[in-house]
Order: sequence, then C-alpha cells, then structure tokens
Amino acid sequence: MEPFRILTGIVAPLDRANVDTDAIIPKQFLKSIQRSGFGPNLFDAWRYLDRGEPGMDNAKRPLDPGFVLNEPRYRGAQILLARRNFGCGSSREHAPWALTDFGFRALIAPSYADIFFNNCFKNGLLPIVLPESAVDRLFDAVRAFPGFTLTVDLERQTVASADGSLTFGFDVEPFRKHCLLHGLDDIGLTLQHADAIRAFEARRLAEQPLAQKGGVCSPPPPRAPPGFPPPQRGGGSLTPS
Amino acid sequence: MVARTLYDKLWDDHVVRTESDGTALLYIDRHLVHEVTSPQAYEGLRLAGRKPWRVASIVATADHNTPTRDWDQGIRDPISRTQVETLDANIRATGAKAYFPFRDARQGIVHVIGPEQGATLPGMTVVCGDSHTSTHGAFAALAFGIGTSEVEHVLATQCLLMKKSRSLLIRADHALAAGVTAKDLVLAIIGRIGTAGGTGHAIEFGGSAIRALSMEGRMTVCNMAIEAGARAGMVAVDETTLAYLKGRPFAPSGELWDRAVARWRTLHSDAGAAFDGTVVIDAAAIAPQVTWGTSPEMVTGIDGRVPDPDKEKDPTRREGIERALTYMALTPNTAIADIRLDKVFIGSCTNSRIEDLRAAAAVARGRRVAANVKLALVVPGSGLVKAQAEREGLDRIFRDAGFDWREPGCSMCLAMNDDRLEPGERCASTSNRNFEGRQGNGGRTHLVSPAMAAAAAIAGHFVDVRRLV
Repeated sequence: MEPFRILTGIVAPLDRANVDTDAIIPKQFLKSIQRSGFGPNLFDAWRYLDRGEPGMDNAKRPLDPGFVLNEPRYRGAQILLARRNFGCGSSREHAPWALTDFGFRALIAPSYADIFFNNCFKNGLLPIVLPESAVDRLFDAVRAFPGFTLTVDLERQTVASADGSLTFGFDVEPFRKHCLLHGLDDIGLTLQHADAIRAFEARRLAEQPLAQKGGVCSPPPPRAPPGFPPPQRGGGSLTPS
Repeated sequence: MVARTLYDKLWDDHVVRTESDGTALLYIDRHLVHEVTSPQAYEGLRLAGRKPWRVASIVATADHNTPTRDWDQGIRDPISRTQVETLDANIRATGAKAYFPFRDARQGIVHVIGPEQGATLPGMTVVCGDSHTSTHGAFAALAFGIGTSEVEHVLATQCLLMKKSRSLLIRADHALAAGVTAKDLVLAIIGRIGTAGGTGHAIEFGGSAIRALSMEGRMTVCNMAIEAGARAGMVAVDETTLAYLKGRPFAPSGELWDRAVARWRTLHSDAGAAFDGTVVIDAAAIAPQVTWGTSPEMVTGIDGRVPDPDKEKDPTRREGIERALTYMALTPNTAIADIRLDKVFIGSCTNSRIEDLRAAAAVARGRRVAANVKLALVVPGSGLVKAQAEREGLDRIFRDAGFDWREPGCSMCLAMNDDRLEPGERCASTSNRNFEGRQGNGGRTHLVSPAMAAAAAIAGHFVDVRRLV
C-alpha cells in the first residue's frame, strides 16, 4: 500500500447525505475479478446519461453535465467532500477501489458507514471526519473559489486551506495512522503474532470442538436436483489432505 | 463478577491480543465465502505465497451472479460465469469445509445456507465479504460484514484487526399484531433510529416481540441491522435457537451437543449489564411498513402517506426527501395504498426462508396477480428451502396465482443476474435496500414484508395485508 503523509489537492463537493456504495460503484461492475479499473465507473449512474455495462468504452459515453465530477473546475480532484453517512450499504471494497482508481486520496465528511470507513484504510484512502459545521464551511469555500485546494497532513492530523484561513484538526486511531503513514500491510503485521494466534486457536478448539475441525461433521454428499445434470466436481465437503 | 452484555461475552471470547490503542486481534470461527468479494482476496493470498490459515472454517457458495432459471444452460453471462468459475477454482485449489457450487441441491444465498446447514452456531465469530452477514447474529453469534482486504486477512491469519464497538440495546416490547412481521418490526426500527442510528454500535435485539419471533424472523431483523448502520445485530440464545439447530448437518450431536448447549445457554446479556444506548419500541403499535424513498429509513405504515418535504426543517434532510421523491416519481401526500406496481420480488437474504414463503403463499392462495403487475417473482433462498416449499405445495399456489417460481439465489435484490427492474419500473420487494438503481438502473424499490409483497401483487397496488388474511 502506498504511504499517506501529506496531500495537497483539489476538492470536489458531493452535496448529498447517505451516499451508498451502490451509487459509488453499481453492481454490474462487481463482476470483475480485478482490483483495478473501477475509476471510469465511479458514480456511474450519476455521471453518465446512458446505462453503463462492463466492457463499454467509457470515453465515448454521454456525460451528465449536471453531475459535479463532470464540471471542469473539479478535474483532477483528489479530495472528495461529502455529507453524513457516506458509504452506507453494501460492504463492497470496490467502492474505495473505484474512488482511488479515479484519483481520490482523501475524503471529508461528518460521518461514514462502518464497513466502508474500514475499507478505506486498507487502500490508502484517508476518510477524515469533521464536524457538520466545518463541513458546511468547506462546502461554501469550495463553491466560492474555483480551484480550491486543501492540504491534508496526516502526521499533524490537520486539514488546511492554502491561505490557512480554514484549518481543522481531525482524529484518527493511532494504529490506523501508523499503518497509513508507513503504507504497512496489515496481514504482515498480524502474522508477526502467528504464535499467539496458534496458541489461542489450539485452546479454543480443545475447549469447543463443535464443528470446528475438518471432518468432524461432514455434510451429506451432494445431490443433484431432479432434471438437472449433477454438479461439477468440487461439490460437497472439500477438506484437502 | 461484572455484568456483561452478550456482545461483551462474544468479544471477550475471541480476543487473541490487544494493541495499546485498544485495537484487538479478533479470532474468526466461521468464514463464509461467495464469488463477488473473494476473487481479489484469493489472488492476494496467492501473490503473497500464503495459504488459508484454517480451511475448516470456510463455507463457500455462489449466489450473487447465479441465474434463477434455465439452470441446464449454465451461466450465460460470460463475466458472471468467469467469477463463479474463479470461485470454483479457488476452492478446489485451497479447500473448504464445505462448498455448495452452482446447481448443488444445497446451494443458495450464503446467509440462508449458513444457518440452514448449522454452519452458524451460537458463540461463534462469523464473517463474510457481505454486509448482510449481520443475519447470523440471530444465533447469538458475533457476525459482521467485511471488505475484500479483510477477507484476505481472515484467509491468511484467521483473525481481524478491529476495535470494539459501542453497544445498543433495542428492546421491542409487547406482541406484533396479526399480519405484522419481523420485517415490519425492523423497518419500523430503522424508521425510528435512521440508517446511521446504529453506526459504531453492535445492536442487541431483545424484548418480548423478539423472543416471540421464530429463527427466521430473528434472522430478518438481524439481517437489516446493517441498514440501521450497525455492522452486527444479535439475539440471545433461547429454546427457539436450540430447537432450530438440533440435527442440522454441521451442528454438534450426542455428547458434544449437550456440552455445547450448556455453554450456549450463557449467551445472553447479564441482568444489569450496561449498554451505551437503549431504544424501546412498542411492537404492538407497528402497522405493516412500506418504504417510499431511496433509503430504508424513508418508511411509513401502510395507512400512511408520502411525506411533504416542505414540512422538513433540516435542509440536508429536506433535499434528501425531494431527491428521493423525484427519483421515485412520487408526489407529496400520496396515500401509500394508492401506489401502483409494475413488479413484485419475493426473495433475498432478508426474506426467502420457508416461513417467508409460507406467509406469502397464504396471501396468494386462490387469488391472481393483478393485470398491471408484469412480473411477480418468487426466489427461494436455497435449494433446500425450494424443496421444502415444493413438498408443502407452495410452488403450486404461487404458480396458480401467476407468480414465477424460480431457482435459488440473490436475484433481484441486487440484480447482478438477469432479474432486474427496467428504468422507471416500480417494485414491491422483500429485499433490504431501496437505493437508487439497486434493483436495476432507474428502478424504483419499495421494501415490504413477504405477505405485503404478495398482497401488493394481487391488488396491483399496496394494500393492508391485515385485511386479506
């Protein structure tokens, strides 16, 4: 993951509450088995006038001139300003993938949905929480000044306008901050505690055998529904030797 | 001893270690996997040269992309087919405790088959790359949705890094009226606390109305905890829980069952346990619910009307209502019962279990779908639900009434397969999200219970099901 330290970028305002992850990246684009390439379909239903499908040449599709990200003044924006409960709904990580693929590195909103908030940190996208009053002032400033930029300093935990007239501090959990500042891979960090996990697991499986161990409670063999060919190989219990 | 909440108990039981800032390494017992949110995780695992930590924790199925008819022709959409085949290949390469592939008799929506197989058990941590994993909390499990990076994290380490949430008790007192269901209860709760009302919280649902629900009903309620903003919803263990689980394929049996039951009986909040918040709902006062907008909190009773944005003081909220009414093509003050429908969808991880189908069939029996309803779909949650319904003759009731009886899957809840709304079409749906475009680009969704959906299909517009049963 790319480290996040200081970012200065153009701010784009998305003035609506409860923006859900279905809106951020519609379902038809979730069929991809890649992590990249979602940017052209970010906010697809709002950005384009036609109905988007995978495989279309997005450069040739008609844009909705009324949608904020299509306004020339917000071209190249790296910071998205939004309203409360941003990212609600589906857990799809395709939402932060689409936002980062488009070019966003930071978000500013009064609140986020929990799963989305979490997913952002895993992708080097910093979701900043500011009070409603601060967000209101930023919306006013963005609209008033074309080319309005903000500087986000993660180390100092501040958001500031170029002239410093708007400066806000923000909170971020120390562990998440540490990972983001250094671009650390969570899995590598966790595996440093592999012995502790193994010890915990051994104790838990001994105390609570339940259905935890492979083969303890195998399901019955698969049965094809009448009139249909049997499932392909790979059906049923699959515990590798 | 300090009185603990159910959430405290589940949390404490799974903490491997804690960082100085309170971030915990939480052990995961059950990992449910489906085709949409797992391919990138398996690829990451492979690129890093890692293997799944505990293969026996994994239960996998294909549900989001699978068609609901013409199964003999396979999956015709090549991109969907690739995704399902990628899951096949990943499970074949690395293993699982169980895999229910496309066309297996036990395949179905992951949140239906987990409990149905007894793969979800009380006291477990259950995760899945799917926000509706909260469903499994109905079994006094700590169950929540995760993103794909976290799917990879669980595959690689059997753990997640997370901070403990705050706790919220939602107590539903008194009994639901006849014809009013778990779906109406949870929609009314979301209407009351809002779609962000549970953000940062784990919700425990309690009170006599919850205790009176079947496991199917409790799953419906916990399923929609995420629509109230809470990653996890849960219900304490009681006799209803135990009766549901006994004899399920993955549930323990014999002496192991007795030992498990003794432990499961401790899975409730202690008397006097402190919650960070409490909301009390009078279940007896709830009417059948219908959403009118593009967020599940935009909901009212069947006897209600579409709201007037001019009466809303908060500007952000007012704009939200105006935008929703424009999208939904509704005018303020329209009676809910006057809203006419083009399609009806009965299914999804919220409402596709046998009890849901029985409730819908009870309304449909001996009646006909209205002429203005172009399509009324019934999509069972799993192959086993479908088989059970057919044994009870429910398929015949639906077909005779003019409903389409389909193969199991997520279907028109999110329209990743061919089942979808066309632009401008209006649908009564038993699913969980009425977001713009959720059921198809430009489609308009009204969330309701299965009985209300069936009643709407028959009448051609919303109607109070209490007058039909």
